[in-house]
Amino acid sequence: MEEILKIEHLKKSFDDLTILEDINLSVKKGEVLVVVGPSGCGKSTLLRCINGLEDIQEGKVILEGNIINPLVDRKSKYREKIGMVFQSYDLFPHKSILENVMLAPLKVQKRKKDEVKKEAEQLLDRVGLLSKVSNYPRQLSGGQKQRVAIVRALIMHPEILLFDEVTAALDPEMVREVLDVILNLAKQQRTMLIVTHEMAFAKAIADRVIFLDGGSIVEDSDPTSFFTAPKTDRARKFLNTFEFEKVH
Amino acid sequence: MGFDVLLKGKNMLRLLEGLGVAMKISLVSVVISIFLGIIVGMLMSQKKPLINVVTRIYLEIVRIMPQLVLLFIVFFGFTKLTGKNISAELSSIIVFSFWGTAEMADLVRGSLLSIPMIQYESSKALGFSRLQTYIYIIIPQVARRLLPLSINLITRMIKTTSLIMMIGIVEVLKTGQQIIEANRKTSPGAAFGIFATIFLLYFLACWPISCLSKYLEKRWEN
Repeated sequence: MEEILKIEHLKKSFDDLTILEDINLSVKKGEVLVVVGPSGCGKSTLLRCINGLEDIQEGKVILEGNIINPLVDRKSKYREKIGMVFQSYDLFPHKSILENVMLAPLKVQKRKKDEVKKEAEQLLDRVGLLSKVSNYPRQLSGGQKQRVAIVRALIMHPEILLFDEVTAALDPEMVREVLDVILNLAKQQRTMLIVTHEMAFAKAIADRVIFLDGGSIVEDSDPTSFFTAPKTDRARKFLNTFEFEKVH
Repeated sequence: MGFDVLLKGKNMLRLLEGLGVAMKISLVSVVISIFLGIIVGMLMSQKKPLINVVTRIYLEIVRIMPQLVLLFIVFFGFTKLTGKNISAELSSIIVFSFWGTAEMADLVRGSLLSIPMIQYESSKALGFSRLQTYIYIIIPQVARRLLPLSINLITRMIKTTSLIMMIGIVEVLKTGQQIIEANRKTSPGAAFGIFATIFLLYFLACWPISCLSKYLEKRWEN
């Protein structure tokens, strides 16, 4: 399969603090990568470096053969090709659900209103939110908002989707409805980079698991071997934090 | 009750003219304050140390000084100091704009900073340019937060114009006093009628602004 995203020797630091060190990664089209690791290991920063929300100090991020970070061509439309969903609900509070979804395709991609509206309704229908089109974000639950945020990213027809702990701020009973949407996207052969703490979900969806610790990639393997036989002590320790010993 | 005085001669007309003077000065000051306040407020939200210090001092001066003292400083003090004559009307506009700009800037700064960072980031991630982000995402949200606060400021500015009679401007309150003085013998009760009318005039000047604000808040409720 063809390579869609490539990261070479990426280094990210804030002043003296190094967040990511010599990251090398290659993602093929249709591949689902799950990035796991202890908090503060740089998972979120890695995603933010990929779509240019953070500048990088060394190395480069290459999307379909074009260097997008550090950005050379300011007019590059690369952001439309990368969809991102954040942990905190980031819908636009002053716009209805339909407007939230339609704004970017209309204003950024200058697409026709009829066509965008039709697609928006189709996509919202697919995540079970067609009845909410004229509601406003504050009238939705956290899980519903995250599903809208996913639709808002999808309507831009991105080549690659980034999920940054999208269920971390949700009540437990709402996690499932969001993860189901992402699982469906995996079935459609979408290229995705997913940062998550849901290990069962990671096991189910990943083609590859990246274990990040202390700012570098410690393991890069298929989910079965990562979850059953991790190569490093650090990964083993990390996975152990999700296990509980029987008390009685 | 003294309302009869209003019908004598051109008294009612004079009161309205006085209100006109007050409204003219306050509206000019409000427009200047909103315009400059937005610019200064945007500068303040940049969190640059030097700008912060300067605007902080500016804001504190405005807050500490009674408006009347500011009026006296500009109208009497400045004239003495430079030998140049500034008209009372211009002095009032300077003082009210100086005051209004500071307060408006602080409101704009607060409203801008209350927009979470994620709103900028998710707009960026969707491909919006900086300008588009402000036009479609940030400014509409800032405007909604700013509206009730700035309406409050505007009505306060209108009401405070009653101070400008202290530097010799014949506005509505001063006109009222003149009418009362002139009719002291014939209608000793004029004070009540005249001041009640002035109360009503101020109410009529500020009420439509409050109504507009209520209407917009309702429309933007979502």
